[in-house]
Amino acid sequence: MSALPILGVWLGGLALNLWLARFETRATRALVAAIFGATIILLWEMIVRIYGVPTVILPAPSLIAQSFAANGSILWTDFVQTILKGALTGWLIGAAAAVLTAIAIDRSPFLQRGLLPIGNFVAALPIVGIAPILVMWFGFDWQSKAAVVVVMVFFPILVNMVAGLRATDAMQRDLMASWAAPYGAALWKLRLPAAMPFLFNGLKITTTLALIGAIVAEFFGSPTRGMGFRISTAVGRLDLPLVWAEIVVAALAGTLFYGLVALIEKKVTFWHPSQRT
Amino acid sequence: MTEAALNAPVPRRLRIATGDLLPILTVLLVIVAVWYLGAIRMNASWERDQAARAGIELTLPDLIGRTLTQDRPVLPAPHQVAVGLWEGVAGQPVTSRRSLVWHAWVTLSATLAGFAIGTGAGILLAVGIVHSRSMDQSVMPWAVASQTVPILAIAPMVIVVMASAGITGLLPKAVIAAWLSFFPVLVGMVKGLRMPDAMQLDLMRSWSASRPQQFWRLRLPSSLPYLFASLKVAIAAALVGTIVGELPAGATAGLGARLLSGSYYGQTVQIWAALFAAAILAAALVALIGAVERVTLKRMGLTQ
Amino acid sequence: MSVIEAQGVSLTFQTADGPVHALKDVNLTVRPGDFVSFIGPSGCGKTTFLRSIAALETPTAGRLRVNGMDPDAARRARAYGYVFQAPGLYPWRTISGNISLPLEIMGFSRADRAARIDRVMELVELSGFGGKFPWQLSGGMQQRASIARALAFDADILLMDEPFGALDEIVRDRLNEALLALWRKTGKTIGFVTHSIPEAVYLSTRIVVMSPRPGRITRIIDSPLPPERPLDIRDTPEFIALAHEVREGLREGHSYD
Repeated sequence: MSALPILGVWLGGLALNLWLARFETRATRALVAAIFGATIILLWEMIVRIYGVPTVILPAPSLIAQSFAANGSILWTDFVQTILKGALTGWLIGAAAAVLTAIAIDRSPFLQRGLLPIGNFVAALPIVGIAPILVMWFGFDWQSKAAVVVVMVFFPILVNMVAGLRATDAMQRDLMASWAAPYGAALWKLRLPAAMPFLFNGLKITTTLALIGAIVAEFFGSPTRGMGFRISTAVGRLDLPLVWAEIVVAALAGTLFYGLVALIEKKVTFWHPSQRT
Repeated sequence: MTEAALNAPVPRRLRIATGDLLPILTVLLVIVAVWYLGAIRMNASWERDQAARAGIELTLPDLIGRTLTQDRPVLPAPHQVAVGLWEGVAGQPVTSRRSLVWHAWVTLSATLAGFAIGTGAGILLAVGIVHSRSMDQSVMPWAVASQTVPILAIAPMVIVVMASAGITGLLPKAVIAAWLSFFPVLVGMVKGLRMPDAMQLDLMRSWSASRPQQFWRLRLPSSLPYLFASLKVAIAAALVGTIVGELPAGATAGLGARLLSGSYYGQTVQIWAALFAAAILAAALVALIGAVERVTLKRMGLTQ
Repeated sequence: MSVIEAQGVSLTFQTADGPVHALKDVNLTVRPGDFVSFIGPSGCGKTTFLRSIAALETPTAGRLRVNGMDPDAARRARAYGYVFQAPGLYPWRTISGNISLPLEIMGFSRADRAARIDRVMELVELSGFGGKFPWQLSGGMQQRASIARALAFDADILLMDEPFGALDEIVRDRLNEALLALWRKTGKTIGFVTHSIPEAVYLSTRIVVMSPRPGRITRIIDSPLPPERPLDIRDTPEFIALAHEVREGLREGHSYD
């Protein structure tokens, strides 16, 4: 009996989406995605209320919204600590280091052949495991979290940048040779601009890595602020709405970060076929 | 600028050519050398403190020797980690709580379970997305958005919530691993299933091939290279997920738990040994998928 | 005083399937102001020879001199401009930016660069398109920009490797006309590789017919046609006789076997 309204909402949303999917306009596409999301949230709220799911298992979206509003300053402090100080700093340092390293080993195919397989290997490892070690070296505060992020983002960006520097074809190199261009001119005017699409590919995938690294690193030791700290302590107190509120902040921050990088990518690589379609 | 050069995918080395062994070994050697120097430097201050308190003068060879054999070094030397690994693997009965093999098995079982679920779900959803416009438009944006939710960050919550519902042990960790491996497989499979170009699909239609026939004979085979690339990413992610899932207080089994207890009790060698065990596990899993990939693609004539 | 001089030039590539004789014993003298076409089937060495002149390949035997110098010295002295079959323009630079590129590398001043860009764009009839990006232009216009880029730094020699091969016939005709007019105006020495007999006969003062296995010169034909050549010249008996001679040369080199 109580399942009826739930089924109704679900089927209603589904039917609406099936109908809207026929028109392939930007507006209907956005609508379909929005309706899907809204239906899930609505179903979530209904299931929690109708079946009386305890808050310690799954809080209702309305409760989460309340927690969000009530804990604004805490959420902001955590955001600054984890995202701005930990994740962003680490990401910027890691990216700069990776780009410089890629340029440094550019002239040595020997070093490239040695470093890249190791880089691919390290990129697949559970890097978060070094968090306790880095906390030991850099202390509890955001510096150790930034250090974890640096290690996490360094190799994926390095691999992408090296691939990008290799991306120029033989004809372009011959043209540079025909103008007797020195190494520096060819690097600055041809290979670096050509490497940008690859670099931004790496930058985009590492935005989530940076976020995750900063938050998880805080599980291993943190001053009394930070998203990882808040999540683990709130879980300990069974304050699930606050945990979910932190998750919402993390998801929003992640989307914003990714969107920002994508925007810069559009400006820098405006010429790439993928940006023109 | 040729489109091909611009659109070239990031190269993935499937195999290490013999010509690469020397550069790799050289770089590894340099890393080990720097590591030793780092260990000496970082452990030296504690050693000097101890010597000052005991009123002993330390010669340089003495200092170097002591920094590389500390019980709780700030940075363990490579040989200390190697010994720690060896003792954890071969020095304990496999079923003991101090055996790295036992902990590795706990982590591995949850990883494989989660990987299987995540991969299965990813493939099924990908097939649905490719064949249904409404699924494509509703699910894909949210699948992308779901990646912005740092699942690793809420691992503790998932564990605690499931524990309060009475579910403990392998399943909560498998859930985290499944979620993390789901997305790479979904994206890779969708991309792969959509690989056949218009010309191939037109050819199929000219033979009046039904949708299932198109799927099994064209889309699925062409998606395999992308699927295998995603599987490698997915299994690495599943392993990380499992390890983080072992971090919340109360976990006593698994490599993540080992890492955590090492960090609580200041047992640096234990931390590093557990970390290396996890690294070896990750490498082995990715290599396994790589081997399956090589065999499968070779039989299909799709080797690069 | 010859601009390009080749004596007994040979180039052998060592490949996994054994040595490949891309060039064998090539002798050729190119005088200033010559328009020399190289024609022959795939593998006859015409591109390899052009690249050797440009110091993009190194002969394994013989003597090759460009402007009296070793080809690599000539390259470093920026003695030639090179045009490939693909325009190879940078999509992140405008047309003006692309033409400016070699000038920036060679250290010309800003005012100098602007003047040169205007001049060469007018030569190839692309004036006004300086602000456009390469992907906004057609293939023919992109190739014209590529030629302008090769002319911008006033090298005496222009080396062109099948520059119009990727374009349709009508565009090709117009560009042939434009290239000839440009040659008459600037008096440069041009080395031109092509697959097309009519194109070779229409453009050149000398036609070098080459054949493969090993790559060698079969015959060198001096063209009696006047420098002023409307497109209609292709229907005259002199033109047809010349084309016939080229075809004979190709047959001689077993190009049709």
